[in-house]
Amino acid sequence: MLLKWKSIAGLLIATGMIFSGVAKAQDTIKVGVLHSLSGTMAISETTLKDTILMMIDEQNKKGGLLGKKLEAVVVDPASNWPLFAEKAQELLEKDKVAVVFGCWTSVSRKSVLPVFEKDNGLLFYPVQYEGEESSKNVIYTGAAPNQQAIPAVDYLMKDVAVKRWVLEGTDYVYPRTTNKILEAYLLAKGVKPEDISINYTPFGYSDWQARVAAIKKFGSAGKKTAVVSTINGDANVPFYKELGNQKISAEDIPVVAFSVGEEELSGLDAKPLVGHLAAWNYFESIKTPANAKFIAQWHTFIKNPKRTTNDPMEAHYIGFNLWVKAVQKAGTTDPEKVIAALPGTETPNLTGGIAKVLPNHHITKPVYIGEVKADGQFDVVWKTPGTVPGDAWSKFLPADKDVVADWVTLKCGNYNKATSKCSGQNF
Amino acid sequence: MMKSFLRAGGLWLFILLLLVSRSAGPAYAQSPSDANFLASLDALRDASFEDKDAIIDKLIQGAHPNAQVVLTAFLEDRLYFRNDDQKVFFAKPAAEDATDLELVDPVTLKSVGTASVDNLTKIGTNNHLRRTLKTALARFALSSPDAKTRLVAARDIEQDLDESNVQMLRERSGVETDSSVKQEIGNGLALAALDGSDTPARIAAIQTLRHSLRQDVLNKLQGLIAQSSDGTFAESDENVRRAAASAAMSISRKRTIYSAFETLFFGLSLGSVLVLIAIGLAITFGVMGVINMAHGELMMLGAYTTYVVQTAMPNHTEISILVAIPAAFIVAALTGILIERAIIRFLYGRPLETLLATFGVSLILQQLVRSIFTALNRSVITPNWMSGTLQVNEALSITYNRLYIVIFTMLVFAALLLILKRTRVGLQIRAVSQNRAMAKAMGIRSEWVDALTFGLGSGIAGVAGVALSQLTNVNPSLGQSYIIDSFMVVVFGGVGSMWGSMVGGMSMGVVNELLEPYAGAVLAKIFVLIALILFIQRRPRGLFPPTGRASENQ
Repeated sequence: MLLKWKSIAGLLIATGMIFSGVAKAQDTIKVGVLHSLSGTMAISETTLKDTILMMIDEQNKKGGLLGKKLEAVVVDPASNWPLFAEKAQELLEKDKVAVVFGCWTSVSRKSVLPVFEKDNGLLFYPVQYEGEESSKNVIYTGAAPNQQAIPAVDYLMKDVAVKRWVLEGTDYVYPRTTNKILEAYLLAKGVKPEDISINYTPFGYSDWQARVAAIKKFGSAGKKTAVVSTINGDANVPFYKELGNQKISAEDIPVVAFSVGEEELSGLDAKPLVGHLAAWNYFESIKTPANAKFIAQWHTFIKNPKRTTNDPMEAHYIGFNLWVKAVQKAGTTDPEKVIAALPGTETPNLTGGIAKVLPNHHITKPVYIGEVKADGQFDVVWKTPGTVPGDAWSKFLPADKDVVADWVTLKCGNYNKATSKCSGQNF
Repeated sequence: MMKSFLRAGGLWLFILLLLVSRSAGPAYAQSPSDANFLASLDALRDASFEDKDAIIDKLIQGAHPNAQVVLTAFLEDRLYFRNDDQKVFFAKPAAEDATDLELVDPVTLKSVGTASVDNLTKIGTNNHLRRTLKTALARFALSSPDAKTRLVAARDIEQDLDESNVQMLRERSGVETDSSVKQEIGNGLALAALDGSDTPARIAAIQTLRHSLRQDVLNKLQGLIAQSSDGTFAESDENVRRAAASAAMSISRKRTIYSAFETLFFGLSLGSVLVLIAIGLAITFGVMGVINMAHGELMMLGAYTTYVVQTAMPNHTEISILVAIPAAFIVAALTGILIERAIIRFLYGRPLETLLATFGVSLILQQLVRSIFTALNRSVITPNWMSGTLQVNEALSITYNRLYIVIFTMLVFAALLLILKRTRVGLQIRAVSQNRAMAKAMGIRSEWVDALTFGLGSGIAGVAGVALSQLTNVNPSLGQSYIIDSFMVVVFGGVGSMWGSMVGGMSMGVVNELLEPYAGAVLAKIFVLIALILFIQRRPRGLFPPTGRASENQ
């Protein structure tokens, strides 16, 4: 009797599996794309949407993943932060996507974070950010401060012998946190407080004349001065124009920017900016076979040979490949299992070296400093010897000194080594 | 025979002759100096930035006749080596996106044909190297026939006052005829003399530098009088110290005065932007009493007109902005008249409804522009005559774009006053705004005047947009960021008063710039707003309240 039931049950399960198998063979793996296609951030984020579409296209040409085709589900959160959370929920609960690639600004990431944690989804976040965060459900493929800001300051301090610092930023969370870390770092390196000037301006600020004159004055005190710019978005255009107008050349006061890349320069006359610096983990001008192939692929896909590639695009390239490898390793697209498979997964960078997912859900990245050339591209003038592992929590902020993130052994993104306490997902 | 002739010492003259006559033929054999020169160039291929620095020094020391040409090419990013045979060449200046470059042999200076960019590797520079190169090349430029080039060269050389450079300046000083170059060289020599040990010479140097206004001179002098924490002076000679202290005092006093001028100019330039965006509104809001929330979008249309005009005449960027001024006026004025005829005229006397309706219009205009031009920023090129700075002296420089905008605002303001005070249309506008019924009774077509007035105010907004396109990003939300400011200026100045808007805008600009260094951009604006609220509390009708019978109607 028992045997009979068991065999019936077995038969039923088998048929179920066959049916679902058949159903799934026609089915696809859904990949969510959560980037603003309208509003202020559309300029930057549309490119990333196209990058993921290109990667999916490429993967499907290779035969898909786990024998299934990939299907993109594109939504438009319209540069509206609360809408990001709504759209994320829609992707996870209605479309039941296996993974989401998305967000640009930190505020949009903070807005979707609770949704991903509640629904146990998986988000790949491709943009450099201020750190001080590590979620179980997010893989940070952009640079943490120790993979961009700190090496840039190191370069200026050692190779350019900068003694005086202007930290100029837009007034919101990313510049404020980054500058807090940088200030602590500079003070720890023996820079005197009177040699650091910190200033914030609102989003979209355009009346730069007095600020730029003040920078010029601050920089004429006889010590080598540099500007570390976390100015974000539109305000960069009038800022650089004013620098050019007031004839502040990069030889006198170099400006190193963390948010200005090839894409931003393509809308600008780059000639007055020659020699100003940017710190990124990728530059289009770096000559490697992988990068040449990626650029060619991008030009064919977007049907415009003049479009540039940039750092966040490479981050998506890496993120997508990491996800594909983790899915193959896990043998399923179930986010829980893929998240478990991700730490330790490796994929090559476009510029040489290997990107590896760390237990803190950040990745290893090389750091490059580039100088602006007249054609809007960058010449690499300095790079780290190898790759730098991303720190979720800054070592230079006294409050976070003892905090680590480890999703492999500690299973915690906010673990205080001194008190041995996990503060959970409170960021 | 030739080799021995070259070795005999006539080398320089001979090569120079060859260069001048541009007849260096293949017979030109490689001399030892050429061999050194080439070896240095070859070494550049794999050198680190530090090594390149040393190689540049070597090239200068070698005094090869081609050093200047090659180093200039190096500075301008035109020095390459060919990938297949690793030979170093420089390229002739070419278009930015050229795929083939014409290569020149660094020794013979003869063209050796073209090569594809893919087959060439550029020998790169960085900021530090470019500074070294500029100083090095300045040594050549110091004997240029052009006085301006010599002045720049003298300044560049001052960045690196080593023995050979000082010697060079001294030699030039004897033969220099241009007074400003001579003064610059004098400064350089004085700066160098300051580091010497001869006390009278140092005091004389300080007396020379006393007339300079430069910050680096001031720094140097202040360095001399600096006192460390244990009471010892950086400079041991008391006479030198006393002279330096007095010179430093005199320089810094002059610099303070000029920096006050600079702040004033910054204030006036910010103020003139405020006036420019407000005087259009002073007409529609001030004279007609219409709250036009689409005023900002009319400015935005003006800015886009500038962009379109510029795109339409790509070969005339220098003058396209002048063409854009009347074009923007017409586009914005026609749009304004359309808005007035289609919507506002039905809503006269109902301010709340006007406000809502024009707000709707502003959204429609924004979306319209977004649909046509996309949401991306459009870059409007600044013509050459508007970029750069006017160097009044070493302590005061004024950027041209701001200067032109101040002048432009004055012109627009004067033109507007003329129209209102001296023309028939102006008379009718004033008549209708003062007493509509009486004006009608005198035979003025008040509806026609309404449309015209609104068109005039809108046109001025369009013209303001042309100016804004030079200062900020041209995108569909351009107008929104200025609409609040323009209302503020009009209310502060006194509704209906042109002069009120002028004085109000200028004073708000100056106060803002005075506060900004101490309070930051965000706080300064908040302080200005609070001050404005307090002012309006005390004088609700603004700086220049309307007087007489007209005020009773409002």
